[in-house]
Amino acid sequence: MSNRALRVAAWAALLGLGVAAPFLVYPVFAMNVLCLALFASAFNLLLGYTGLLSFGHAAFLGAAAYVTGFTVRSWGFPPELGVLAGTAVATALGALFGGLAIRRSGIYFAMITLGFAQLVYFLVVQMGWTGGEDGLQGIPRGKALGLVGLDRQYTMYYFVYVAFLAGFWLIERTIHSPFGHVLRAIRENEPRALSLGYDVDRYKLLAFVLSAGLSGLAGSLKALTLQFASLSDVHWHRSGEVVLMTLLGGMGTVMGPSVGALVVVALENVLAGVGDWVTVITGAVFVACVLAFRRGIVGEVRAVVRRSFIGVKPTAE
Amino acid sequence: MTHALFGQLLVGLINGSFYALLSLGLAIIFGLLNVVNFAHGALYMMGAFAAWMLATYLGVGYWWALLVAPAAVGVVGVAAERLMLRRLYGLDNLYGLLLTFGLALVAEGLFHHAYGNSGFSYPVPEALQGGVNLGFMFLPIYRGWVVVVSIFVCTTAWFVIERTKLGAYLRAGTENPRLLQAFGVNVPLMFTITYGFGVALAAFAGVMAAPVYQVTPLMGSSLVIVVFAVVVIGGMGSIAGSILTGLGVGLIEGLTKFLYPEASSVVVFVLMAIVLLVRPAGLFGRTR
Repeated sequence: MSNRALRVAAWAALLGLGVAAPFLVYPVFAMNVLCLALFASAFNLLLGYTGLLSFGHAAFLGAAAYVTGFTVRSWGFPPELGVLAGTAVATALGALFGGLAIRRSGIYFAMITLGFAQLVYFLVVQMGWTGGEDGLQGIPRGKALGLVGLDRQYTMYYFVYVAFLAGFWLIERTIHSPFGHVLRAIRENEPRALSLGYDVDRYKLLAFVLSAGLSGLAGSLKALTLQFASLSDVHWHRSGEVVLMTLLGGMGTVMGPSVGALVVVALENVLAGVGDWVTVITGAVFVACVLAFRRGIVGEVRAVVRRSFIGVKPTAE
Repeated sequence: MTHALFGQLLVGLINGSFYALLSLGLAIIFGLLNVVNFAHGALYMMGAFAAWMLATYLGVGYWWALLVAPAAVGVVGVAAERLMLRRLYGLDNLYGLLLTFGLALVAEGLFHHAYGNSGFSYPVPEALQGGVNLGFMFLPIYRGWVVVVSIFVCTTAWFVIERTKLGAYLRAGTENPRLLQAFGVNVPLMFTITYGFGVALAAFAGVMAAPVYQVTPLMGSSLVIVVFAVVVIGGMGSIAGSILTGLGVGLIEGLTKFLYPEASSVVVFVLMAIVLLVRPAGLFGRTR
C-alpha cells in the first residue's frame, strides 16, 4: 500500500470511529472529548506550530461558553446563531489580547496571556449577566436551523461532530498551507523569517486570532452540550489543562491534541471518585511529561514508526 | 474619609510589599536560570504553612519560623532544582515554566488534600501587637513591620547583587554562564544556590504574610498571576525596578479600592495592558 493510500485509509477509519462513537461510549462523554479535542487542536496551532505558549486560552473557551449560553437562554437565539455569537466574541477577544501580547515574546507572552485570562475571570465573576458564582444553568439546546431538535443526545452529538470536523479541517488545512509553513518558520527561527521579508507580527496575530476563535467554537459547543457555563471554564486551571492535553498527546502533531484530550477526559472520569487527588495527579503527569515524555503519545508513536518501518531517524524536538 | 483612603493605601502598600518580595525572587531566578518559576506562589504558601505547622505542632514561635521556614522550603527548592529543573536547562525555557506549573499543582493539591479549603489564622507575635494612632489613620504595628522589613530585605538583596563580589558573579552568570565557568566558577552550584535563595525568599514572604492573611492551600495560586503581571509591568531587567514596581502596583490597587472597589481586582491587568501599549519592554526593561 502506498503512503497516500495508507493515509486516506487511516482518516476514513477515524471518521468512521467518530460516526460510531455515540453508540460505543456515553454520548455526553464523546461530545465532551470532541469539544476539548477541538480546543486543544486550536491551542496546538499556536504552541505546536507557531511556538507561542498561551497560558490564557481558558478566556476564549469560557467567554464563548458564556456568550452562547446567555444569547440562547435569555435572547432566544437558535443554537447555530448562539454558537456563532460565542465564536465571534472569542475571535474579537483574541484580536484584542493577541494584539497586545505579541508585543512581547517568549516567556513574557505566557505571563501576559495568563494575566488577560485572569482579567476575564474577574469580569465574569463580577458582571451580573454571567450569574457570578452560580454560572449559567439550564441552557436550552433548541432546534438546529429550526428543524432538528437537539434535546436528543444523538442529534446533539452529530451537531457537535459536524462542527468539530469543520474546525478540525480548518486547522489541518491551515497547518499544511503556505501560511502554516511560515508559522513553522517563525517557530524555528524568527529573525530568519523576518529577514526573508515576512511580517512576523501579522502572522503571529493571525494565528492567535484563529486559535482564539476556534477555542471559542469549542467553548460554545461545550456550553450547549453540558447546558451550563461555569467559572471553571474561565479559570486558569482550564488553561493549564489544555497545555497538558497538547503536551501529553504530542505538540506539533495534527492528531496529538485530540489524543491528549481523550486521555485527559477519560482520566478525569476515572478519577472522579478520588476527589482532590485529581490536582496532584494532573501535576504529576505534567512533571512526568516535561521530564521524560516531551514528544507526547503521538510524537513517540510517530518516532517509533519512522524508525522501524521507514528507517528515518527521529528529528530532535 | 481620609481614614478610609489611608487605610486602603496601607493595605495596598502591604500587598505591594509581597509583590516586591515575590517578583524579586522571580527576577533573580529568571535572570540566572532562565526559568519562570510558576511554583513561586505554591512556595509562598508552603512558607506560610511551615510557620503555622511549626506553631501548631511544635510550639515554635514567629521569630524562629522566620528563619526555619524559609530554610526548610529552600531545601525543597534545592532538591527540585537538582533532581528535575536541572535536566531542562538546554531546552526551550517553556519547559521550565511547565515543570514548575506541574510542581505547583502537586504541592497545592497535597496541601489541599491534607487541610481542605478552610483557612487557619496565625497569631501576630506579641512584640508586634497593637497599633499606633497617627492622627490621620490607625496603624497596626505588625503591618508597619511588614512594609519596613520587606523594603529592608529587598534593599539588602539589591545591595548584595549590585555591590558585592558574590553579586558580581551572579550578574556575570546572568550575562554569560559559560564564560564564567571558564574562569573556574562552579556555575551549576551557583544555579542551585540561586534557586534555593529565590525560593527561600518566597517562603519568607509567606511567613510574613501568615499573620496578615488566612493561611490556606490556595493563598498563592492567584497571587502568582498578579506577580507575573507585576513582572510584565516592571520588566525583569533591573532589581530596583521590580521592587519599585511591586510597591507601586500595590499602592495603585489600594487607591482603586478606595475610588472604585469593583475594579480593584482587575486594575493590575488593565495596567499591564496600558504598559504594553505605551512601553512594550516594561517600565524598567531593556529589551524584549
